[in-house]
Amino acid sequence: MDENSNPKTKYSVLEIGEVKYNTLFTKKYLNRKPYIPKNPKQIVSFIPGIIKKIYVKTGSKVKAGDKLLVLEAMKMNNDIIAQTSGKIQKINVKTGDHVPKNFVLVEIK
Amino acid sequence: MSLRQKTLELQKRMHNALEGGGTQAIEKQKATGKKTARERILTLLDPNSFHEYDLFVEHAGKDFDMDKKYLPGDGVITGTGTINGYPVCIYAQDFTVAGGSLGYMHAKKITKIMDQAMKLKVPIIGINDSGGARIQEGVNSLAGYGEIFYRNTQASGVIPQISVILGPCAGGAVYSPALTDFVFVVDKISKMFITGPEVIKTVLGEEISMEELGGARVQSEISGNAHFFALSEDECFEQIKKLVSYIPWNNTKTAESFPSKSPKTKEYKISSIFPTDSKQPYDVRDIIKAVADDSEFLEVQELFAPNIVIGFGRIDGKSVGFVANQPLVLAGVLDVDSSDKAARFIRFCDAFNIPLVTFVDLPGYLPGVDQEHAGVIRHGAKILYAYSEATVPKITVILRKAYGGGYIAMCSHHLKADFVFAWPTAEIAVMGPEGAAKIIFKNEIQNAENPEEMRKLKIKEYQEKFANPYVAAAYGYIDAVIEPGQTRNMLIHALKISVSKTESHLPKKHGIPPF
Repeated sequence: MDENSNPKTKYSVLEIGEVKYNTLFTKKYLNRKPYIPKNPKQIVSFIPGIIKKIYVKTGSKVKAGDKLLVLEAMKMNNDIIAQTSGKIQKINVKTGDHVPKNFVLVEIK
Repeated sequence: MSLRQKTLELQKRMHNALEGGGTQAIEKQKATGKKTARERILTLLDPNSFHEYDLFVEHAGKDFDMDKKYLPGDGVITGTGTINGYPVCIYAQDFTVAGGSLGYMHAKKITKIMDQAMKLKVPIIGINDSGGARIQEGVNSLAGYGEIFYRNTQASGVIPQISVILGPCAGGAVYSPALTDFVFVVDKISKMFITGPEVIKTVLGEEISMEELGGARVQSEISGNAHFFALSEDECFEQIKKLVSYIPWNNTKTAESFPSKSPKTKEYKISSIFPTDSKQPYDVRDIIKAVADDSEFLEVQELFAPNIVIGFGRIDGKSVGFVANQPLVLAGVLDVDSSDKAARFIRFCDAFNIPLVTFVDLPGYLPGVDQEHAGVIRHGAKILYAYSEATVPKITVILRKAYGGGYIAMCSHHLKADFVFAWPTAEIAVMGPEGAAKIIFKNEIQNAENPEEMRKLKIKEYQEKFANPYVAAAYGYIDAVIEPGQTRNMLIHALKISVSKTESHLPKKHGIPPF
């Protein structure tokens, strides 16, 4: 890290306890993910996998606890359950789809 | 048969075994920039010091026609030797023989040399280059890994354990290195992971290359699994040679002493390295070099959590472990990674009788949801635990900021440091002046005609009264406020005077550190 001792190095500012420190950031710090609060109306895949079955249709009414779909991951069929009651506004997947982690599967209104 | 004939037969048998996987496999190994297992051992150890055992061990596979196969040495070379006179037990997996796969006898050879190392009280070095479990040997292969892990754990804190990853090391195999003290990796050669890219792709649908998943750089920079990163195998062996010069043979000994050497004071002059303004960064490694013998510092985990610096140096010829906040990176804060990094190093030094020298300059802990959710409470507690538990001489020098929990954590007197020195630039306080003034003088600032002016005034007031070492010194929390130029002399004296320090814990089976 010889470039660090170069007086021309451009420092970033990190504020801690109202004090602004000149310093360098690590790649890991810059790549950290901002916190996004969970939205119970968006049903998100908690693990990457394959959609095996969809129990609901757009417009159907669901209660909290109702099965929405089956997500197969790690050789397990996982029931994906509504966390809130409402009407299905949008279904973003179809049977057989491979989905990554944190993919919005179903939106409830 | 005459002795001559018997000897010829021995030579023939040895010749067959020493061939390893044969010319073709060896050529393939070399084409990827790798040395053979035997070359590796011979490069690392002193000339003519290596003595091999169990050369004639044969594999125990019975199923899948394995009984018809001859695997020289069963794919692993074991023996003893020296590194600059320092004795070691060593094993190296031979990728040219059945991909270095671990079968029952292969594992037996490894556990035998590990047992030997524990009995002889000398370090063990394991060179890993293996495709993993030998599937044909089934559960016996798993048993082999288990026996190795058990011994890694038994040997932990008794003899130094060094893992060198010079090829693939995947699946269960990675847990042996993880249980050892130092892991060495080489760019583009080392690959470590629990589940490989193929499994990840089929199970999770995520595509990633081996290098990006568990290459040397990733393990050194992101995961922190590796401690030393080299660009070539030769560089890696040089790093190992350096490391062993700083550490003892076992936990009943101290590291070898060397003739004392003055630091290179022209290159490392504290007055020109060190900014007194605590908002300005500098490279704390230059301060370490300004006090260490010959300005030599062997940094450990250089690429991981660089906001804390750990490593070995010598003071007056004696090995010490340095722990220092690094204002150059993330202002030197403590966070999940830097706490893990420092705590493990502290425990290594304590286990192997290496005194600890701590340089303090930190604004506190890194704020952030990611940090809290990643368990910065539990991880941060590791440093407190490690310092409190350590009974080796502990010497702390506060250079500038020592705020709040960070002050306590960085080997304060309260965690039973033997000596705490402070430079006149030290600021020991609950928090930085800006934050403290805002809380203490909240009403005065709010009610002032010009709140901004008042805020500045109160910050200045707080700074003058509390942002110094003298408040802490007045309570005896600082043993001496010293001029920076005196640091090396104070360290030499403090280490000399604490050489016969003994301290013991309350009787217990073992503590329960926050993992």
